[in-house]
Amino acid sequence: MKTGTKDRVVHKLNFIRGDELQIPTYKVLKQDGSPYKGATLPDLEQSTALRIYKAMVRTRVLDERMLAAQRQGRLSFYMQSTGEEATTVGFAAALDDEDMIMAQYREQGALVYRGFTLDEFMNQLFSNERDYGKGRQMPIHYGSSKLHYMTISSPLATQIPQATGYAYGQKLAGEGKCTVTVFGEGAASEGDFHAALNMASVLKVPVIFLCRNNGYAISTPSNEQFAADGIAPRALGYGMHTIRVDGNDTLAVYAATVEARRIAVEQNEPVLIESMSYRLAAHSSSDDPSGYRSKKEEEAWASKDPLLRMKQWLFLQKWWTEEEDSKLFDAERREVLATLKEAEKRPICKLDELITDVYDTPPTLLVEQLDQLKAHIRLYPDAYPKTSGDLDHG
Amino acid sequence: MAKMNLLQAVNNALDIAMAQNSKVICFGEDVGGFGGVFRATSHLQEKYGRDRCFNTPLVEQGIIGFANGLASQGSVPVAEIQFADYIFPAFDQIVNEAAKFRYRSGNLFDVGGLTIRTPYGGGIAGGHYHSQSPEAYFAQTPGLKVVVPRNPHQAKGLLLASIRDPNPVIFFEPKRIYRASVGEVPEEDYELPLSSAEVVKEGSDITLLAWGAQMEYLDMADQLAEKDGISCELIDLRTIVPWDIETVVASVKKTGRLLITHEAPVTGGFAGEISATIQERCFLHLESPIARVAGMDTPYPLALEKEYIPDHLKIYEAIKRSIHF
Repeated sequence: MKTGTKDRVVHKLNFIRGDELQIPTYKVLKQDGSPYKGATLPDLEQSTALRIYKAMVRTRVLDERMLAAQRQGRLSFYMQSTGEEATTVGFAAALDDEDMIMAQYREQGALVYRGFTLDEFMNQLFSNERDYGKGRQMPIHYGSSKLHYMTISSPLATQIPQATGYAYGQKLAGEGKCTVTVFGEGAASEGDFHAALNMASVLKVPVIFLCRNNGYAISTPSNEQFAADGIAPRALGYGMHTIRVDGNDTLAVYAATVEARRIAVEQNEPVLIESMSYRLAAHSSSDDPSGYRSKKEEEAWASKDPLLRMKQWLFLQKWWTEEEDSKLFDAERREVLATLKEAEKRPICKLDELITDVYDTPPTLLVEQLDQLKAHIRLYPDAYPKTSGDLDHG
Repeated sequence: MAKMNLLQAVNNALDIAMAQNSKVICFGEDVGGFGGVFRATSHLQEKYGRDRCFNTPLVEQGIIGFANGLASQGSVPVAEIQFADYIFPAFDQIVNEAAKFRYRSGNLFDVGGLTIRTPYGGGIAGGHYHSQSPEAYFAQTPGLKVVVPRNPHQAKGLLLASIRDPNPVIFFEPKRIYRASVGEVPEEDYELPLSSAEVVKEGSDITLLAWGAQMEYLDMADQLAEKDGISCELIDLRTIVPWDIETVVASVKKTGRLLITHEAPVTGGFAGEISATIQERCFLHLESPIARVAGMDTPYPLALEKEYIPDHLKIYEAIKRSIHF
C-alpha cells in the first residue's frame, strides 16, 4: 500500500528544522517608482495601469470620507483598507472580470476596480432600500452577482473552503474561469483555511488563495498568530505553488496574480499568494490601535504608501502628471460626498423584507409573525418610526 | 461595595479567580496585552503574566480544543470566544467533547474546570454576526451548564461560581448592557448559586421570566403593567441548564400565568422547553396559555433591528393578552 509520501530513504538521523525554509519576497518597484535592476516587470498597458491607479485613489478617498462620516455619526460602522490598495486592486486587475472573488471584508479596492459604483457602495453602507442585501448586514458587507463578487460574511475564513468548492464547479464547467479568495493572516489560523488548501490540492482546483498579511488581527500581532515564516510555506505542506510578494507594490501583486491565474486555469492547480503589507488604519471604526502599537511603527509603514509608489511609476512612464493627480483626488472627494448625501436620505427597506429570503418563500408561521408585528407597530407607531408610516404597501 | 459596570465586574471576577487559584488561565483572541475587544480581560496579563493570560491564534475550534485539554490536565481554563456568533467552529469541541468528557470515560477524566465566556445578544446594530443568542443550541446538550447574568453584581458572583463549578460552563455575557448596566458590587470574593433562579420582584397576577439583557425589558414592561394595576412577579432564570424548575413552578402556581421572553428566535428557543415543563407541572393552575415573546424566526437583521427586538412594548401587550384571556 502506498503511503502517499514520496519516499527517499536516509540512514542518518536528521530532522528538518521548522525555520529551514525562508521564502523570499518578490518586489518590482522601489518606493520612488523606479524598477529594481533586473526585476521582472509585468506587461501592463497604459489604460490598465491608469484603471488600477484610479481605483486605488477612489478606494483611498472612499475610506477617508466614510470613516469621517462614521465619526460624525452618519453611519454605524466602517472598515478602512488604507495601505493595502496595491494588493486589493492589483490582484483584481490581473483577473478576468468574470473570475469569482470571495473576499473577507477589507477588499473594497477589488470592487472599485470591477466597477461597483459609489452609489452601490453608499446604499450598502447606509442600509437603505437600494442595498442589494436589503439592509440586513452591517456596513461593508458588499456583494455583487453581476460583478462576480460573493457577498461578504463576517465569520472569518468561512469563504476559503467555499472558494475551493466554487472553483471545482468552474473546473467542471470548463469555461476557463477561476476563483480568488482573499483573507488575512489571522483568518489563516482557522481550521477552514487548512481544509480549503488541502481539498484544493487533492481535488486539483483552479483557486487562488490570496493572503493579505497586514501584520495584525485586530490587536494580535502576527508574531502571536504564528511561529513560522508567514503563511506562504503552508502551501508547500499541501503540495501547492506559492509566492510571497510585496503587498505595497502594485506591479508585483499584479504580475504574481497573472501568473497564478495562468497556473490555476491552465493546469488546474491551486496557488497561494502571500501579500505583505500593513493595516495602516484601525481594524474598524470600533477599534483604537493606540492600545497595541506605536505611532512610530505606523509612520514607518505610511512612508511605504502603495499609492505614492504607483503614482511615481506612472510619472516615470509619462502616463500621468501631478496636475492630473490632484484633479483626480478633488473630483473623487466631491463625488464621494455628493453620493453619500443622496444615499443617506433614502429610506430603509420595507418591513415585509424582514421575512423574505429566509427561505425561497416565507413559511406560514413567519407570515403570521409578520402580521403580528404589523399589528403591534400600528399600536405604537411612534416607537417604530422607520417603518410605521409604510406598513400597507403592495 | 464599589460602583462597577458589567464589564468591570467580569474583569474583577477574573482578577479574583486568578489571584485565588494559580491554575486559572485566561485566553482567547485579543485577550492578552490588549485586554480583549471589550476590555473584559484588561490588566490581567500585566498582573499574572503571559503564561496565564494570553492571545491565542484566531481559531475558535482550537481555543476550545486547547481549553478541553488544559482542563482535563487539571488546570482551570477561562476561554473567551470574542462574540457568541463565532462560537460555532468550536461546536464540536463543546458539544461532542466538553459535554461528554466525564460521561464517556466513566469519570476517569473530566473538563469540569472549563469556563467559556462569550458576549451575546443584539441591540447594538451588529447585524447577523454580532447579535445572536445561541443559548438554546447548548441547552440541548447534557453535560454543559449555561449561565447568563443580568447586571454587574450577578455577573461577578455567577462568573466566580462558574469558574469554580466542577462542570464545563458556558457563560453568556449580555454585551448590549456591558457598559450601560452599572451597580454596586461587593469588592470581596463571593459566589452566587448556579441552577438557582431569582425572584427579583414579587407579584400576584402573572409571572414574567427572562435572563440576561432581556431582564431590562422585563422591568420596563412591568412598570407599564403596574400602571394598569397588574401585579407582576419577575424571575431571572440565571442558569438556563440545569434550570431551577421549582422556583418557576412555585411562582406560576401562585400567579396562574407565565410569560417568557428571550431574544433568540421563538422556534426552538428555550422558552419552548420551559413552557412544556410548566404546563406538565402546573396545568390545573394555569389561567391562560403560557406566553412567549421572542425573536422572530429570521436571522438577526440590521436596519429592521428595532422592529425585530422583543422589546418592553411587545412584552407589555403580551402581559395584557394573558391577563385578559
